[in-house]
Amino acid sequence: MKKSFLLLPALFLLAFVNPGNDITIKGSDTVLPLSQKEAEVFMKKNTGSNITVVGGGSGVGITALIDGNTDICMSSRDLKMEEKLKLKEKNIVQKTIAFDALAIIVHPSNKVDKITREQLEGIFTGSITNWKEVGGADLKIVVYSRESSSGTYEFMKEHVMAKKNYASTVLSMPATGAIVQSVEQTAGAIGYVGLAYLDKKVKTLSVSFDGKTFVKPSMAAAKDKTYPVSRPLFYIYAGASEAKVKSFVDYILSTDGQKVVQEVGYVPVK
Amino acid sequence: MGKRLTKFTERVIESTLMVSGTFTSVIVLLIILFLFSEGAGLFNQTPMEKGYVVAVNTANPVSTLSPAEFKNVYDAKIKTWKSLGGTGDSIKVFRVDDIAGYYTEEQIGSNFEHLGACISELVAKTPNIIAFFPREYADKDFKGKVISLKKITIGSFISDREWFPTAQPVAQFGVLSLILGTLWVSLAAILFALPLGLATAIYLAEIADSRVRNILKPLIELLAGIPSVVYGFFGLIVIVPLIKNIFHLDVGETALAGSIVLGIMALPTIITVSEDALRNTPRAMKEASLALGATKWQTIYKVSIPYSASGITAGAILGIGRAIGETMAVLMCTGNSAIIPHSLLQPVRTIPATIAAELGEAAQGGLHYKALFALGCILFIITFVINLTVEFISSKRRGGSHQ
Repeated sequence: MKKSFLLLPALFLLAFVNPGNDITIKGSDTVLPLSQKEAEVFMKKNTGSNITVVGGGSGVGITALIDGNTDICMSSRDLKMEEKLKLKEKNIVQKTIAFDALAIIVHPSNKVDKITREQLEGIFTGSITNWKEVGGADLKIVVYSRESSSGTYEFMKEHVMAKKNYASTVLSMPATGAIVQSVEQTAGAIGYVGLAYLDKKVKTLSVSFDGKTFVKPSMAAAKDKTYPVSRPLFYIYAGASEAKVKSFVDYILSTDGQKVVQEVGYVPVK
Repeated sequence: MGKRLTKFTERVIESTLMVSGTFTSVIVLLIILFLFSEGAGLFNQTPMEKGYVVAVNTANPVSTLSPAEFKNVYDAKIKTWKSLGGTGDSIKVFRVDDIAGYYTEEQIGSNFEHLGACISELVAKTPNIIAFFPREYADKDFKGKVISLKKITIGSFISDREWFPTAQPVAQFGVLSLILGTLWVSLAAILFALPLGLATAIYLAEIADSRVRNILKPLIELLAGIPSVVYGFFGLIVIVPLIKNIFHLDVGETALAGSIVLGIMALPTIITVSEDALRNTPRAMKEASLALGATKWQTIYKVSIPYSASGITAGAILGIGRAIGETMAVLMCTGNSAIIPHSLLQPVRTIPATIAAELGEAAQGGLHYKALFALGCILFIITFVINLTVEFISSKRRGGSHQ
């Protein structure tokens, strides 16, 4: 009876013993499926390593990097000025590991096929409220967005909405999957998701930034940069962690790693 | 010898229980104190990001602005200085990142050495500019005028209507829409769950025969064990389209969807606890009532329920606590849109969902973080008030029925 009591705390303490290389990756939900797949493949090849991947949004990852709670921060947006100032002493390294196209999705029954940047800005800031103002049916526009912790949210705000704030009536969904689900079941819906999350039940719009050439989002269009709403995906880490994370980051940038990038649905760097 | 040992063991057990009871109560009080101390740090601060200032040209008569005015200026909703009390020119909006449009990299310096001088020059030569930049560049050589911002007070926090904690340059901290959203969803959930839960408890305790009870009770207890994310997902996929089709709305994510899901989540707790309380009414009392000629329903209404009122109240409070504080399910079904709801058929944003969605990215100790703790305090006060009301009502009933 006494001996089995001693065994329990010993087993409990064993859980904290971690031999080998432990890497924590936190941040963007857009980069999450990519990091997970890369980590799986990498851990199969290097059995000693242990990689933990956590989502939450680019904002969460960057805060964790500032507080020292993660080794690598995955981000789908660039660092803001204030974040760069806070990270000045850490000598951070920012590596582009893939490119992603941001697709604007609507319900399949929506007659609208193409849209300009100004119209998108109007829709997301709340000045355009009905589909007939952009050439569709007389239907109220229902706007779905991510929460403010998302890099995708910030990217939309900076590049498509010219830094203006979203309207208060925009519906904030906690994850990209929820946006796809909601757009599938609401006729007047519009939302934005990464290329990797597209499925057949939603329709994508062709986007134009100059009002003349409209480009549909696809892997090829994102690769040759003709699709205007595309963005680099980053791995950001402190210079001090370079030795720890080097093997994983090098793997992602190698031909094998970039092949995985393409499989998951993102655009490889080369 | 045996007697002394037993007395000693009894004293040890008593003191262990007293220590753990005191310890638990002290921890709960400390958590509440932590919550309020973090939240209180929000007030009497300016909602400008720390280390940043906003400045205008020295010729501009405007010297102070409210957070809402700032936001509307940077969103191009206010376009001229006239509406803010200045001279009629159109407003030129400037952020630090825009500096590349005015000066080349050599003029700014590779390590931003001349950035302060460039900003100062730009402000001095553009009379209608409003500039937002880090405080370190507003040094003594700065040729512009720094505008002050109205501070956050408890009144403005509660009554302002816009919640944009990450807006730049000035974050908007107005929680009226969040409080109203929480109240609408929670009260509707309670209205849905309490009567239904009590009715089911009465049915299970008094009316159902033992075969039915033996099947239903474990099923209901099973319902209590389902994770809230599953409920949220169920709500998003089943209830949201259902509401959209029944009421012919543009969007199904509404307060009603949230309250139905919350009501279903609170039900098992209310039913289980109330049913146990009702079953503990002594048979002697029930049989005495029946013997005096009362019908079964009169016995339930006048004898069983008053006797188990404290148990039913406990079940109600637990259920209400679940309904108000539940985060994940509400986050997925209500649309999280920070507007003031006028009916149950509009999307709302509740306080628990706001805290859950935003606490991860709020920098520790920053303004956003403190605002979320202040929201937590408000949630605590709402729950406390509702629990007190329930206790008060039930004690009145108990006091009233002892005639």
